Amino acid sequence: MNELLNNILFLPEQASTFAERVDSLHIFVVTVTMLSSFAVGTAALYFFFRYRRRTAEQMTEYVVPSVKTEFLFVSLPLIFFLTWFVIGFRDFVFVTTPPKDAMDVYVMGKQWMWKFSYPEGPNGVNVLHVPANRPVRLLITSRDVIHSFFVPAFRIKMDAVPGRYTQTWFEATKPGTYQILCTEYCGLSHSKMLGEVVVLSPEEWDAWLKEQRRGDLANRQDALADLSLAPPPARMAEQGQKVAAEVGCFKCHTVNGEPHIGPTFLGMYGRQETLQDGNDIIADEAYITQSMMDPGAHLVSGYPNAMPTFQGKLTGPQTAAIVEYIKTLRTPDIRTTGASQGPVYEPIQQ
Amino acid sequence: MSPSSSSIAAEPGAVPAPGEHHEHHPSYLVDGTTVKSWLLTLDHKRIGVMYLIWVLLFFLVGGIYALVVRFELLTPGPTIVDAMTYNRAFTMHGVVMIFLFMIPAIPGAFGNFMLPLMLGAKDVAFPRLNLLSLYLLLGGAAIAIWGMLNGGMDTGWTFYTPYSTHTTTTVAPILFGAFIIGFSSIATGLNFIVTTHTMRAPGITWFRMPLFVWAMYATACIQVLATPVLGLVLLLVVGEQLFQFGIFDPARGGDPVLFQHLFWFYSHPAVYIMVLPSFGVMSEIVATFSRKNIFGYRAVAFSSLGIAFVGFFAWGHHMFVSGQSTFNAGVFAVLTMLVGVFTAIKVFNWVGTVYKGAVDFKTPFAYFCGFLYFTVFGGMTGVAFATASLDVPWHDTYFVVAHFHFIMVGATIMAFMAALHYWFPKMFGKTYHEGWGLVSAALIILGFNATFIPQFLLGNAGMPRRYYEYPERFQTLNVASTMGATLLAMGFLITAIYLTYSLVYGEKSSANPWNSRGYEWLTESPPPTHNFVGPQPVYKDEPHFYVDPEKAEVPDAV
Ligand code: HEM
Ligand SMILES: [Cu+2]
Repeated sequence: MNELLNNILFLPEQASTFAERVDSLHIFVVTVTMLSSFAVGTAALYFFFRYRRRTAEQMTEYVVPSVKTEFLFVSLPLIFFLTWFVIGFRDFVFVTTPPKDAMDVYVMGKQWMWKFSYPEGPNGVNVLHVPANRPVRLLITSRDVIHSFFVPAFRIKMDAVPGRYTQTWFEATKPGTYQILCTEYCGLSHSKMLGEVVVLSPEEWDAWLKEQRRGDLANRQDALADLSLAPPPARMAEQGQKVAAEVGCFKCHTVNGEPHIGPTFLGMYGRQETLQDGNDIIADEAYITQSMMDPGAHLVSGYPNAMPTFQGKLTGPQTAAIVEYIKTLRTPDIRTTGASQGPVYEPIQQ
Repeated sequence: MSPSSSSIAAEPGAVPAPGEHHEHHPSYLVDGTTVKSWLLTLDHKRIGVMYLIWVLLFFLVGGIYALVVRFELLTPGPTIVDAMTYNRAFTMHGVVMIFLFMIPAIPGAFGNFMLPLMLGAKDVAFPRLNLLSLYLLLGGAAIAIWGMLNGGMDTGWTFYTPYSTHTTTTVAPILFGAFIIGFSSIATGLNFIVTTHTMRAPGITWFRMPLFVWAMYATACIQVLATPVLGLVLLLVVGEQLFQFGIFDPARGGDPVLFQHLFWFYSHPAVYIMVLPSFGVMSEIVATFSRKNIFGYRAVAFSSLGIAFVGFFAWGHHMFVSGQSTFNAGVFAVLTMLVGVFTAIKVFNWVGTVYKGAVDFKTPFAYFCGFLYFTVFGGMTGVAFATASLDVPWHDTYFVVAHFHFIMVGATIMAFMAALHYWFPKMFGKTYHEGWGLVSAALIILGFNATFIPQFLLGNAGMPRRYYEYPERFQTLNVASTMGATLLAMGFLITAIYLTYSLVYGEKSSANPWNSRGYEWLTESPPPTHNFVGPQPVYKDEPHFYVDPEKAEVPDAV
């Protein structure tokens, strides 16, 4: 029965706990809607026919509704609407309140891809791996414009807003691959901003995690041969600090506020820099990223054009990690400007 | 509201004997034939006609964009245009349809023409302001169209920041055009409010005003209160684009969600700017064509004000998944339900009006049927949307597109077409061909369903809106929708042809071809320049009072 209705309504398969709840309300609402539209329509059609005009000059009776009738007109829809509201709001609270034991994943929208990072683990682009039957909380933000993270099979959606985090969660009920779409118009390739969620069974999940850890360590120059001695999982900003040290940023940049060969990182994020061409620029994510990739593009006045490009030397996640690291080096006066600080990756403690 | 006299609603204001008035009181159409006498006219009827011509033109432009969008979506990949052109096309479709067609159409064309006639007035309160609001609309349109031709814009009609402040397309002139158009809207609203308050003829009490006037009045209140917010927010976006203000851009410390609040604070009430006039038109039409007094007149009148009021407190339902608090979402969800209740009151009372009526199934009534259906169905999907949990999967998918086309576009188009046919004899003194009218009404209603029902299903299936390319599995429904759009376009084309034909070759209409007791029919068709010749009509009963003089005592309520 449910299967049939879902097919008639073209609903995608149900692959999360929320999907099942939403669909039952959906079907209830559609049924009531259809029936009452049908009732109104039939009454109207009957009247059109029953009371058709017989002569051009035909007069009519003066009919007005009693208070009782009008009361019925108000209360009948109100009762239905409030019933839907109560059920719907309960489900809405459900989907906006992640369980305490949920696993965290960071999601970042970016023209035009989805990036995922696990606080303890690897990064991924466009493919999100999660275990089945375990609540997963998504902490969502964007690097540029607003995007919206949508998985039809899970019936979940949440906007990715630059400068802040939003959250949603799901618990996938069966292993499989499900499409991720972006539902907030975000420019030229909005419709190509697709990704997928790969839901793994518990065994597959463990295997995958192990492999990822190994791969991650193999990439690191200071990797220790013995996996059991792997360092504790790093936060994104900590990773950024490591990467910055590895690639040699600190040869020219300090973090204590003193200018060296290049400007200090302390308080750099959000600072207004005067450029050599006389213009001003705000050191936001875009500027910091550009300075790594194309250092000569916007030289801060008073410093030589000495920095090498890191284009091709840093991976996407590494770049992001460095930016996140620089963002944490904020001086108190910048910190007080509140919302302007942009997202900082803080692991949420359970 | 208890009409004690057995007379008809009012005596026509001394309709002059045939042949007599042409020398002394020419109709407004022929009173001055120079171009200047039209362009600089202060006559509300001529201004109404000019509005009509322009909004029809804008409708054509918006419709062409719609067909570009629809034909592009015929196949999953690129079909007729590239991605950037597509993005501009759906944006311009939305902008043109909303700001240049739906908002000004009924108030500008029919409101201007009918409101003074229905109030027994010689003109609106501020005729010069009235002319100015037409030219503000055209000026704004000219600037916006200049922007469209010089690059266009790809933000969607919602202009969400920070995309709209970062895109390289020509946002500024188009937003500035919309800003100016806002002034036109405010001026019209102001004019209607003052006209309704001060220009009612003796005998037209508040509760004898035609329901179209009530609807225009409620609309005007929203226009005056909400439009300034839109104007400001558009200016801020322009400032942000050109001068990097940083109000909405998080990279500069701004808040993009603030933009959404401000935008929807106007744009949600704006959907009632679009549908309330259509509710008003339909109240007139259902009474005329079932020859009955309005069942629950006061309920219908007050529900217009009710919608206008709660319409201001529902904007947050556009932002259930934008990260606002769960509590907020709940508040906005309940308030949105109230709009549904007020609309339901209207629907029940319209159907009640037909009860014990005498239905004449003419073209305007055919559109009334379509309207009833779109309102009930579209309204129900709106309530479903307001159910917060259901909004989560539906938000920003084709379900939204289908929903707002049903309720907002469907209702408005039905009312616009109905008004065009209903008031055609009044405005131009000609009759149109009833058979063609019914055929095209059927085509348009059918086409509308065929276009948008598949889009509801696409939304259920999860297809996001504003998609240039889409996964293969959505194709069948998209093809169906495009076929529906073609049918719809054919319906409009046929209407355009026979109405133009009737304008030139149509038979001369009598003063009151529908035998209506709406107040606007108490004068000649087309009306003379000063609306009424000789003594003013006497208004003794509510409009649409079709009670048999013999058994005129008012029976009990149902
Ligand atoms: C021939 C009939 C029409 C067709 C086939 C049509 C088609 C469409 C389509 C496919 C979209 C979605 C674009 C997208 O999200 O990718 C759309 C959006 C829209 N349509 Fe229509 N439409 C029609 C008539 C109208 C009318 C008559 C109006 C208003 C009077 C209107 C107002 C809008 C608006 C406001 C949008 C939203 C634009 C946006 O996404 O920014 N449409 N239409
Ligand atoms: Cu996106």
